Amino acid sequence: MTRDRAGRIAATTVAAILPLGFLAIFFALPVAGMLARGFAPGGVLDLGGFAEVLGRARTQRIIGFTLAISAAATVISVVVGVPVAHALYRLALPGRRTLRAIVAMPFVLPTVVVGVMFRSLLAEGGALGGLGLDGEWGGILAAFVFFNLAVVVRTVGAAWEGLDRRPEEAAGTLGAGPATVFRTVTLPALAPSIISAASIVFLFCATAFGVVLTMGGLAYGTVETEIYLLTTALFDLRGAAVLSVVQLVAVVAMLLLADRARSRDAGTQRAAKSAIAPGRVTAYAMGSVIATVLAVAFVAVPVLALVVRSLRRQGEWTLDYYLALGRVGGADGRSALPVTVWEALGTSWRIAIDATILAVVLGLLVAVLVSRPARSPGGLRWRRLLDGVVMLPLGVSAVTVGFGFLITLDRPPLDLRTSPVLIPIAQAIVALPLVVRTLAPVLRAIDDRQRQVAATLGARPWQVLATVDLPIIWRPLLAAVGLALAVSLGEFGATSFLARPDSPTLPVVIYRLIGRPGVDNLGMALAASVILAVVTVTVMGVVERLRVSSVGAF
Amino acid sequence: MLSISRVSVSFGATRAVDDVSLEVPSGTVMAILGPSGCGKSSLLRAVAGLEPLASGSVSFDGADLVRVPTHRRGFAMMFQDGQLFGHLDVAGNVGYALARKGIRGSQARTEVDRLLELVGLAGYAARRPTTLSGGEGQRVALARALAARPRLLLLDEPLSALDRSLRERLATDLRHVLTETGTTAMMVTHDHGDAFTVADRTAIMRAGRLVQQGETAEVWAHPVDADTAHFLGVSVPSDLAEP
Repeated sequence: MTRDRAGRIAATTVAAILPLGFLAIFFALPVAGMLARGFAPGGVLDLGGFAEVLGRARTQRIIGFTLAISAAATVISVVVGVPVAHALYRLALPGRRTLRAIVAMPFVLPTVVVGVMFRSLLAEGGALGGLGLDGEWGGILAAFVFFNLAVVVRTVGAAWEGLDRRPEEAAGTLGAGPATVFRTVTLPALAPSIISAASIVFLFCATAFGVVLTMGGLAYGTVETEIYLLTTALFDLRGAAVLSVVQLVAVVAMLLLADRARSRDAGTQRAAKSAIAPGRVTAYAMGSVIATVLAVAFVAVPVLALVVRSLRRQGEWTLDYYLALGRVGGADGRSALPVTVWEALGTSWRIAIDATILAVVLGLLVAVLVSRPARSPGGLRWRRLLDGVVMLPLGVSAVTVGFGFLITLDRPPLDLRTSPVLIPIAQAIVALPLVVRTLAPVLRAIDDRQRQVAATLGARPWQVLATVDLPIIWRPLLAAVGLALAVSLGEFGATSFLARPDSPTLPVVIYRLIGRPGVDNLGMALAASVILAVVTVTVMGVVERLRVSSVGAF
Repeated sequence: MLSISRVSVSFGATRAVDDVSLEVPSGTVMAILGPSGCGKSSLLRAVAGLEPLASGSVSFDGADLVRVPTHRRGFAMMFQDGQLFGHLDVAGNVGYALARKGIRGSQARTEVDRLLELVGLAGYAARRPTTLSGGEGQRVALARALAARPRLLLLDEPLSALDRSLRERLATDLRHVLTETGTTAMMVTHDHGDAFTVADRTAIMRAGRLVQQGETAEVWAHPVDADTAHFLGVSVPSDLAEP
C-alpha cells in the first residue's frame, strides 16, 4: 500500500468516525433505548407486543389513516408540482425567481406556524371557515400539500432545468407531437427525480408531527402523533415502541426506493448551456402557467390570512397582539407564560446557532465523503451506507428521538438530561440530512479530474480542497447554513420534549398559546407565528439569493 | 528518464494494463498509440499516480515512485478536455502551479505572460475559461501544465476534442513548444497523425499490452503485425498478411 493511499484511508476514516459517532450516540442510542423500554421492559425480550398492539382497532385505524393521507398528499403534490416545476424552471416566465421563492417558502415555515395558519384560515370566523374543514382530515391534507409542493417543485425543477433539450427536439423531428414528446422523452428523463421527490414527500407526511398535532385535534392522529400520545399521556411505551419500529421499517423502505431512483439518475449528463435555455411560453405550456398561478395563490392565501388575522381584534385593526408579545403572562394576563415571546425567540436563535454549527460541520464531512468517487466496489458500498444512514433522521420519529434522549442520556458517562446542549444536538440531527442533501450534489458535480489536474500541478490534498472544492462549494455551504438555521428555528417534535419549562423555544411557546382557551391567546399565537415565519423566511430569502439549486431538492 | 517496469493496472476483475514496460529518455516525447479502450489512458494515469498499480513499478531517474503521491511526482497532466478551473481566469489557471509554490505577484505575472506568449495566447490573461474556443482552452491547459516546470509532461488525448485543421496546427505548435522547452513528455492518443507530428518515439498498445515500440518513423515503416499495420493505416506487407 502506498503512503498516499494509506494517508487517504486514514483521513477518510477520521472524517467518517466523527459523524457516525455522533449519530451513534445521539441517534441510534436514544432510538435503541426507546425500543428497549418497549420490548424488554424487565430486561427480558418480549415481542408479543407486536401482535397485540398491531391487532388493536385503534392502531389499525391510525396506520391506515397515516398511509391514506400521506399517499393522497403525495399524489396531489406531484400532480400539481410537476407542471409548476415546468413553468418555473423551464419557461421564460416573467418574475419566475420571485415565484420560485414564494412556492419554496413553505418548506422552511415551522410546522407549528403552518398548523396555526391553517387553523386560523379554516376555523369558524376564518376566511375559509365556511368549508367546515377545521379539525377535519381535509385541512390536514391541505397543510401537507402546502408544505410539500416546494419539495416536488424544487427537486423536479432542478432536474428539469439541467435537462438537455435536444432529445426532445430530436423526437419532434421524428414526428412526435408535444404530448408524445413529454410522455416518451421528458417524463422518463424526469422519472428518477419525481420518484425521489415523491418518496421524500411521503416520508415527510407520514412522519409529520407539529402540523397534525396542532390541526388534528383529538379526532385524527397519525403514527407520529400516536407515538407522542402513547408516550406522554398513556405511558404505553410498548405501544410506542411497536409503532416506532413500524415507522422505521417503512422509512428505510422509502429511503431505499429513493436511493434506487437517484442512482439511476447518476448517468444523466449535464447539458451544454445553450441546450437548456428556458423556452417561450407557448399555448401548449399554458396548463403549466395556470397550475403555477393556482399554486402561488394556494401558498400565498394562508400566509396573508395569518398576517391579517394577527392584526385584527374584535373587527378592528390593532397591534395589540404584537404588543402583548413583550409581556410575560399572555394577552389576557392569565395564561402563565414564563417568558416573553421575544425572550423565547432569543432562546430559539441561540440554540439554532449551535445546532447549525454542528449540522454544517458534520454535514460537510459526510457530503465530502459520499461525493468522492469510490475506487472500489467496497468503497462504493461504504459511501452509500453512510449516505443512507445520515438520511435516517428524516424519517424516524422526532418524538422517539426526543424521548429517547431523556431515557438514555440520563446517567453517567453521559448525563445530559439537564444540559442545555441536548436541544441543539437533537435539532442538528434533524437538519443534518438537509445539509448533506444540499452539499453532496454540488460536490458530486465537480469533475474529479479537476482535483486530479490540481494534484499533478503540485497541489497537496488540502490545497486541492481549498482551490478546487471550496470556490465551488462556498455558496451551497452558506445556503446549507441558512437552511439549517431555518429548520432548527422551527423544530418542534424533539424540542417539545427537551425544552426546559423555564426557557422554552418559540415554537413551543406558540404551541402552548394555542392550547389555551381564549381569543387573545389565539391572537398572540398568530402574532408570534408571524414573527417566527418572518425570521425563517428572511433567512431563506438570503439563501434564495445565493441561487443554489440543490437547496430543498432531494 | 521515466522507467515503467512490468506495470499492470486492474479495475476489479478487468486488467486494463497488462505487464507493460517502457522507457522515456529525458528530453524526448513518447506517444502511446492505440484504439480507445486499449488501456493507454490507464497507463498514463498510473504514471501520474492517479491509479494504483496492481503490480510492477514506475521510477524516474532511478528513484521509485510507487509510494510518492501525485502532487510530489512533478508530473503535470493535461487532459483531453482541458479541465480548466472555471472559477479562475486564464492567468489564474496558468499561474496555479506557481501559486502552489508560493510564487505570486509580479514574478508570477511575468512567467504567466511568457507562457501565454509561448502557446500563442498573449493578452488572454484576463479572459474567463468559458469564453475560450476549444483550441484556445487546450493552449491554456498546456501553458498551465508547463508552468509547473514538470519533470515529465503527461498528455491525455490533448488534441482529440479539436477539429481536423485546428488539430494539425496545434499538433505542430505542441511539437514546437515541447522541443523549445526541452520537455520530456508522454502523450496518449488514438490518432497516428498526432503521434507522427509530435512524438520522437511511439509505443503501440492493444488490449492492455504493448505490442511494439521504437522511433516513430521506424514503427510506421515496419509494423510488427497485420493488426498494427491495419491500425496505422499503412498497406500490409505481404509477409505479414493473414492467409
